[in-house]
Amino acid sequence: MVDTLAVKLALARAVGVLSRRRGGGATSAPGKVLLRLEPGAIGTLAGRLSRGCVLVSATNGKTTTAALASSILERSGISLVHNQAGANMAGGIASTLLAASARRGRINGELGLFEVDELWLDRLALQLRPKVLVLGNLFRDQLDRYGELDTIADRWAAAVRDGPAERARLVCNADDPLIADLGRDRAGVLYYGVEDDSLALAGMAHAADAKHCRRCGAPYTFDAIYLGHLGHYHCAACGQCRPSPTVLARSVVLEGVRAARFQLNTPQGSAEVKLELPGLYNVYNALAAAALAVALEIPLADIVAGLQSTKAAFGRAESVTVAGRPTRILLIKNPAGANEVLRTLVLEPDQRDLLGVLNDNTADGHDVSWIWDADFELLAGRVRLATCSGTRAPELALRLKYAGVEPERIRVVDDLGQALARAAADGLDEGGKPPLYVLPTYTAMLALRELLVARGEASSSWD
Amino acid sequence: MGLSATDGRTLRVCALYPDLMNIYADRGNLFVLQRRCEWRGIGYQLSGSGLGESLDAEAHDIYYIGGGQDRDQLLCAEDLVAGKREALHEAAARGAVVWGVCGGYQLLGESYALGEEQLSGVGLLDVRTVREPGPRLIGNVAIEVDLDGQQRVLAGFENHGGRTYLGPDATPLGRVLKGHGNDGRSGLEGARAGNVIGTYLHGPLLPKNTWFADWLIAMALRIEVGGMAPLDDALEDEAHRSARRAAGM
Repeated sequence: MVDTLAVKLALARAVGVLSRRRGGGATSAPGKVLLRLEPGAIGTLAGRLSRGCVLVSATNGKTTTAALASSILERSGISLVHNQAGANMAGGIASTLLAASARRGRINGELGLFEVDELWLDRLALQLRPKVLVLGNLFRDQLDRYGELDTIADRWAAAVRDGPAERARLVCNADDPLIADLGRDRAGVLYYGVEDDSLALAGMAHAADAKHCRRCGAPYTFDAIYLGHLGHYHCAACGQCRPSPTVLARSVVLEGVRAARFQLNTPQGSAEVKLELPGLYNVYNALAAAALAVALEIPLADIVAGLQSTKAAFGRAESVTVAGRPTRILLIKNPAGANEVLRTLVLEPDQRDLLGVLNDNTADGHDVSWIWDADFELLAGRVRLATCSGTRAPELALRLKYAGVEPERIRVVDDLGQALARAAADGLDEGGKPPLYVLPTYTAMLALRELLVARGEASSSWD
Repeated sequence: MGLSATDGRTLRVCALYPDLMNIYADRGNLFVLQRRCEWRGIGYQLSGSGLGESLDAEAHDIYYIGGGQDRDQLLCAEDLVAGKREALHEAAARGAVVWGVCGGYQLLGESYALGEEQLSGVGLLDVRTVREPGPRLIGNVAIEVDLDGQQRVLAGFENHGGRTYLGPDATPLGRVLKGHGNDGRSGLEGARAGNVIGTYLHGPLLPKNTWFADWLIAMALRIEVGGMAPLDDALEDEAHRSARRAAGM
């Protein structure tokens, strides 16, 4: 008997080869073809994974959290099937499974580690049947695509209550009230969080979202705010409060755009972790990955070593050299994420050179209003030269002007290649090699990546 | 130097429910008002009025209300009608600018539907917002407005589920050039009754149309736009063109 699935896999693979030859970098193309030929392929192929699947979802930090988890799990000898390029909808995950599938119904890998788009979580969980589900945070993001935050929170609640993720072990961020609430009525939820009063912000960021109790609607009282609406909170009206985490970070030290240190506490004991990733947001990502590893009973030594050896994921504080100049690429895509990048950026001394790239393609969101929710005011008085590029470059330039960056320090260069070349070149006459910080939206980051690969200044190893 | 119309003047702005009705970066509108006043030596005062707080009908020149999530908008609607409706009517009657964007626009009307419920609005604009089958109206938008006999373009972004219909006493803010507008069919966008203005255009609106910010400031201070010091708007004009291009203009 002919194995029809094997034929379909071969066909979809061939399509992938063709689309790559045509220069299409789209990692989800073969997966989409496969799903058209075999709508249940994701479930069938994932069913071949001997250790099952774990899923990671969040507004911010999915790719980095999964990269950190991958580093830990591979260190402890588990072979993974992982959508590391960040294609996190059905097509991308089908492509990843397709690439790993082998002859005679086998698959190269034991455990599926998938980051999943927020809106796809319920549909993909239905096929992947995760044994662990990591839920990191929910922030306002691309309202034209994702809709209101409450809508996503409600869908996630349905998925974990009696939907496709009903049986998954939940790993939840205790510091995000929207996320913590999802684990409220379940047993065995593993919570992670930060406990460090020195990090508490003076007030809630403008773009904060979860200000009201999901149970009773009364405003939360925040005893400490660490990031956006993440922190320590309770509801004075109904008594709802932050669950006590079992995996936590204390004594956090942020070292500019380069690194962060913290003390990691787990049920197995505690250890000092030195991350090669910057910012409190990456401490949260590291905690999520560590908590996932704890749920999978990985030894603490592997967790620490795995976290410490992780390099920045593609475009997430990634370090490259452009025309001899050290350059950091810091993805910005929504207010909460951009605020953390900006907060991290201003930890660096001196005035800085920036290249901001604002695109409004579908994957960025067609609505660019979010830049007015991000706190670019942090940059006032701290910019030497800001080059703005992308499909909506003038609007980013205007945002910087109204944030208090002097107009004579702002210029618009529509073409990304020219913008990159000029931004990189202009710092060098200052003597020394001051770093250039690039802040691109998602599709701008992809375009930038292609440019850097073409210039021979970055490898294309991520795909 | 002669006396300018703005010497010693202060623009006093009140944002209604600034912590709830802010979903489409509404504070961008406030930043633009603030900066353009500061750059001209006009004072700028911002206050907020939230749930359960009183609203002073005399104390402000512009009353602003932005957009929110459905749940938050419901909380505000009840509070608005119970505690702020009269003050807003008084403020509008004495000539203050009352300006609503998106959810704020819906709330300024006679009524609006949320789910199965039909809720009362402030009643400053003769419009009614209903739910109809069909997708949310989302996308870049450009409208032509006629302000004081001058035709100009406002560019922005719209994202709304409700369809808003004008009553006999309402005048639209503008005519849709690109995008959906009030209901996706009539070709009309927003509503205006003198110094009361409602629109679905966010993005936010003022950074994309700083000329409109000046028009609002002038109306609120009851001076001519020409009576205000000109600013270097090279970047502002470029941003306006960028937003128009995005809308396909």
